[in-house]
Amino acid sequence: MKEKITREEVAHVAGLAKLSFNDEQLDHFTTQLSDILNIFDTLATVNTENVEPTYSVTENVNILREDVADNWQQKQELLKNAPLEAAGLIKVPAILDEGEN
Amino acid sequence: MTMNYFDHDLTSLHQQLVNKETTATELVQATLDNIKATDDQLNAFITTNPESALEAAKALDKAGQFDNALAGIPLGLKDNMATKGIQTSAASRILKDFKPVYTATAVDKLNAAGAISVGKANMDEFAMGGSTETSYYKTTTNAWDHTKVPGGSSGGSAAAVAGGQVPFALGSDTGGSIRQPAAFNGIVGMKPTYGRVSRWGLFAMASSLDQIGPFTRTVKDNALVLNTISGHDQRDSTSATREVPDFTSKLTGDVKGLRIAVPKEYFGEGIDERVSVTVRAAIAQLEALGATVDEVSLPHTKYGVAAYYIIMSSEASSNLQRYDGVKYGFRADDVKNLEDLYVKTRSEGFGDEVKRRIMLGTFSLSAGAYDAFFKKAAKIRTLIIEDFNKVFEDYDVIVGPTAPTVAYGIGEEIDDPTAMYLADVLTIPVNLAGLPGMSVNAGFVDNLPVGLQIIGKPFDESTVYQTGYAFEQASRLFEKKPDIAKEY
Repeated sequence: MKEKITREEVAHVAGLAKLSFNDEQLDHFTTQLSDILNIFDTLATVNTENVEPTYSVTENVNILREDVADNWQQKQELLKNAPLEAAGLIKVPAILDEGEN
Repeated sequence: MTMNYFDHDLTSLHQQLVNKETTATELVQATLDNIKATDDQLNAFITTNPESALEAAKALDKAGQFDNALAGIPLGLKDNMATKGIQTSAASRILKDFKPVYTATAVDKLNAAGAISVGKANMDEFAMGGSTETSYYKTTTNAWDHTKVPGGSSGGSAAAVAGGQVPFALGSDTGGSIRQPAAFNGIVGMKPTYGRVSRWGLFAMASSLDQIGPFTRTVKDNALVLNTISGHDQRDSTSATREVPDFTSKLTGDVKGLRIAVPKEYFGEGIDERVSVTVRAAIAQLEALGATVDEVSLPHTKYGVAAYYIIMSSEASSNLQRYDGVKYGFRADDVKNLEDLYVKTRSEGFGDEVKRRIMLGTFSLSAGAYDAFFKKAAKIRTLIIEDFNKVFEDYDVIVGPTAPTVAYGIGEEIDDPTAMYLADVLTIPVNLAGLPGMSVNAGFVDNLPVGLQIIGKPFDESTVYQTGYAFEQASRLFEKKPDIAKEY
């Protein structure tokens, strides 16, 4: 049976999702995602002409509040959760490769 | 010294506190001792917070104010609800050691009422799973048989209550994650109407479906907890502005004239015959109590799983983009640059089930797939809502089984995601429609509990409780205890 999604497509989606898989994992995910997409196939058989999509069931529209800052003076507590901090800021690696070019 | 919660409901604990027969400190200490005595069997908790719990109990005892029904009563929280200064990991490696700087609104409301959380309960990673086996930290067991799964994703909360460690717990339900573990453990689990309880501080999986709700041993206890955690919150713009009724008001035991609908699709293919028989017997009992029972049809039920897994995974893939190793939580080592940091952190920090759902969601939202998958699923969602609306024109509640089977063995299903997803067929439509749904124990098959699911109209949790209470009081099934009760 033709797979619902190819290995190359799975690799492409992984790139979009910022995930990486080795060859074995890629094979595994391709098989599993194909199986799941087979379940999704049943939806194509339902006539949804003139049916509006539902994205949320909330009754609320545009809940507003006063524009007042609340519970914001927590810099030190927030920094405690950062994996790496320096000089009161969160430290991350270089955006471009270090040592290249 | 341990405390046997099987013999004391919330009302009785409250009376003991008011009458000064016990103290909040004694209850909190006993609850911690309960966990110490039995968690090697249940593995229900990832974290406990004895110091802060005992401190809160002492302050309460000193003030001596036990006016609120939950004041001084200990509880457990699913580990996806933010608790200030206490690790909140969502059972994921990517949030190991993460200590939020704020507390979830539902938890804040419990704190304000004087209830005291003693720990964070195990769950499927980011609430993705139906067996609590996808947790990075541990495998929780069923309170009735420790070789079986507790259900999921709120399996730790359910096992902690059913196993008698705590008098109540909170869970969250996106596609059945409160009701199914409640069913597997023979207790009461309520997923309220979407918007009834604030989601602020609940780590988002699928924002249009997620809802917090209580696990308790009895229906009345459940209504008391929902009374406390419900209500509008300006920090969650989807929380309902409607007035919160007293959810205990219809607990009379009377269901005369109540119109019950039984969807024929809920007893279809894939439902264990013994589960069907048990649930049909429970429905017959409600009929004997004076309710009218008719068979109805919810024709789009069979499309629910597909529509749900597209919508849920799409929302989840978007919500989980925030976990990138920069501001908090786990960060991978040995990275070349910022892009590499994102990819390595996420690949090492997330487990397989989370990755599967991120992949499914990213695919469903990607160019070329959006109309055929995400938008199509949203239209099916409309049809499922219309099915329910039609039935509720003539009926007060819809009842059926909560899950197609009783609890299965640990390790039996985990390698077959497709089978796991299909097992959610009975709970998923309720989330897609945003309705209140509750599971109460309907009886036993091979000494494992079977769940009776009761579904109500939007914001009509009261009638759901009325129905569950009448059945519970007539069946007295909550009096049956698992073997672990002997430990207290």
